[in-house]
Amino acid sequence: MAGVTLDTVRKIYAGNVEAVKGVSLGIEDGSFCVLVGPSGCGKSTLLRMIAGLETISGGEVKIGDRVVNQVEPADRDIAMVFQNYALYPHMSVYDNMAYGLKNRGTPKDEIEKRVNEAARILAIETFLARKPRQLSGGQRQRVAMGRAIVRKPQVFLFDEPLSNLDAKLRVQMRVEIKRLQRALGVTSIYVTHDQVEAMTLSDKLVVMSGGQIEQVGTPSEVYRRPETRFVATFIGSPPMNILPGQVEGPGRVSVGGQSIAVTDMREGLIPGSAIEVGLRPEDVQAGGVGTSSLTMDVDFVEELGATQLFHGKVAGAEFIVQASTGQLPADTRKLTLAVDPGNVHLFDPQTTKRLGRV
Amino acid sequence: MVENRPFAQFMAYLTLALGVVIVAFPVYLAVMASTFDTATIINGNMPLVPGNQADENYTRTLLYGGMHARQPVGGMMLNSMIMALGIAIGKILISILSAFAVVYFKFPFRKTAFWIIFITLMLPVEVRIYPTYKIVADLGLLDTYTGLVMPLIASATGTLLFRQFFMTIPDELLEASKIDGAGAFRFFKDTLLPLSMTTIAALFVIQFIYGWNQYLWPLLITTKSSMQTIVIGIKMMITTTDALTEWNVAMTTAVLAMLPPVLVVIFMQRLFVKGLVETEK
Repeated sequence: MAGVTLDTVRKIYAGNVEAVKGVSLGIEDGSFCVLVGPSGCGKSTLLRMIAGLETISGGEVKIGDRVVNQVEPADRDIAMVFQNYALYPHMSVYDNMAYGLKNRGTPKDEIEKRVNEAARILAIETFLARKPRQLSGGQRQRVAMGRAIVRKPQVFLFDEPLSNLDAKLRVQMRVEIKRLQRALGVTSIYVTHDQVEAMTLSDKLVVMSGGQIEQVGTPSEVYRRPETRFVATFIGSPPMNILPGQVEGPGRVSVGGQSIAVTDMREGLIPGSAIEVGLRPEDVQAGGVGTSSLTMDVDFVEELGATQLFHGKVAGAEFIVQASTGQLPADTRKLTLAVDPGNVHLFDPQTTKRLGRV
Repeated sequence: MVENRPFAQFMAYLTLALGVVIVAFPVYLAVMASTFDTATIINGNMPLVPGNQADENYTRTLLYGGMHARQPVGGMMLNSMIMALGIAIGKILISILSAFAVVYFKFPFRKTAFWIIFITLMLPVEVRIYPTYKIVADLGLLDTYTGLVMPLIASATGTLLFRQFFMTIPDELLEASKIDGAGAFRFFKDTLLPLSMTTIAALFVIQFIYGWNQYLWPLLITTKSSMQTIVIGIKMMITTTDALTEWNVAMTTAVLAMLPPVLVVIFMQRLFVKGLVETEK
């Protein structure tokens, strides 16, 4: 087993399009790292460079202590699970899983042992003789994972493996992938655009945008202390509200004339300068009374069952508040929002970087 | 759609039956004619039920040939068979490999190579017949099987068919193969070839019939009667001189000429349908 190290990895496509702009990242041995970002952010390209399916335009990719820039995919000791599974349609499930081992000249009885073991772990023993087309989406997904497991690779690579499944199956497979990774302890890199998958699966969450890393951290670090406005609005659902505000003084900002206390605020900000104030919909108390509060004009309410989403405006900017159902009447037109100073995120309007304590 | 209109159904069957009769009657006539002697056919009152000369006609035609073309039709059929199989198999081999190269390998002038292959579509044998003849003659390939087969192999239809098919195979399959440690040749053998079986069957049927029915090219380059193909043989049977045409022999030859393509279609059609049902990428 081995970790993966990326050192200023770049990908430049023909026509000078830079898809990955110098990414450096260390992934510890045995950890589950999720690359998340909107489409076109370079996360898949990065994964494919680690797999060896794309050439590396600059920088270095290391698996363990070995630089693999010039190593063939088959010799990198990795296994990959593709979005559309990429199972060989003409081969049985057994042959699909055994193919990679056969090509490596693994002895027959060893192949059989490993395939049967993987089939047992994934509960697909009864399908071994079937062809992929006779399987459901979830079963195909299992076979694709089985194909990865039998190789006993140093690194698992997942390229949006769940996006072809329906919502219910996705949740189920998500749990299984996590359990499997824990049990096998193999370093895994997982690409997704789904932030729920990203939050639930990862030990290490890497948020990417525009070919660059925005933030690296544990899921709760990224959620609690987003380093940029992009991360703040990308992780979390519904997204974080961003309000225009002004610096009042140490530990205080004002939004639309209403003063708010802030715990995590950089020192030495000039009073009167513009600042962006981020508040998560679930972090503000609708109808509550706190040390600082905002008023909100409600446009409409979305019912989600357990919770309600109040859409409206605060200080002229779009704002969403989440409240438990029944807590407030649905025809509420004006809301007072209590804001906990510890839940206020501040960002620089120019650089979009967090203005928290250093 | 649920429909229960007996009259409409009857009309549909009637129309189809009429069509079948129109197509099938001449064939039936040929089969019947191959069971009579020359005199019965010539006098213009050929019965529509089988005669008693079938054994003699077929034995004579296969082993000895007619009066005018004294060449056993059995030999002609062998020539035709060699030519048709040579064209079908040769074309499949060449086109699957060239399509593999054009789709899966990046080499300089790949596009150019593809377009050159593509352009040959506009140049069937009939158009390039003189230069092709000249080359084949200069190479000393007149009256040889190579000369019969080779010029007809070179055309783009197969390459295009395989190229179109290969384009529909998802890239991930190639990538998965790469990660599974399969090189280009292994990917071709283990993945591409099994998936192409239906396309190969389709191309085989088309090319076999195309090869079997060739008339102009064998007519040009074969001079020895031992190299004649059956399609030319039929023409030889029907004389335009004042001699009597042996219609029974001509018809027997025609029936024999029909058999292999019909068998190929019947046999391969099963594979076709099986493939169509089973194919999923």
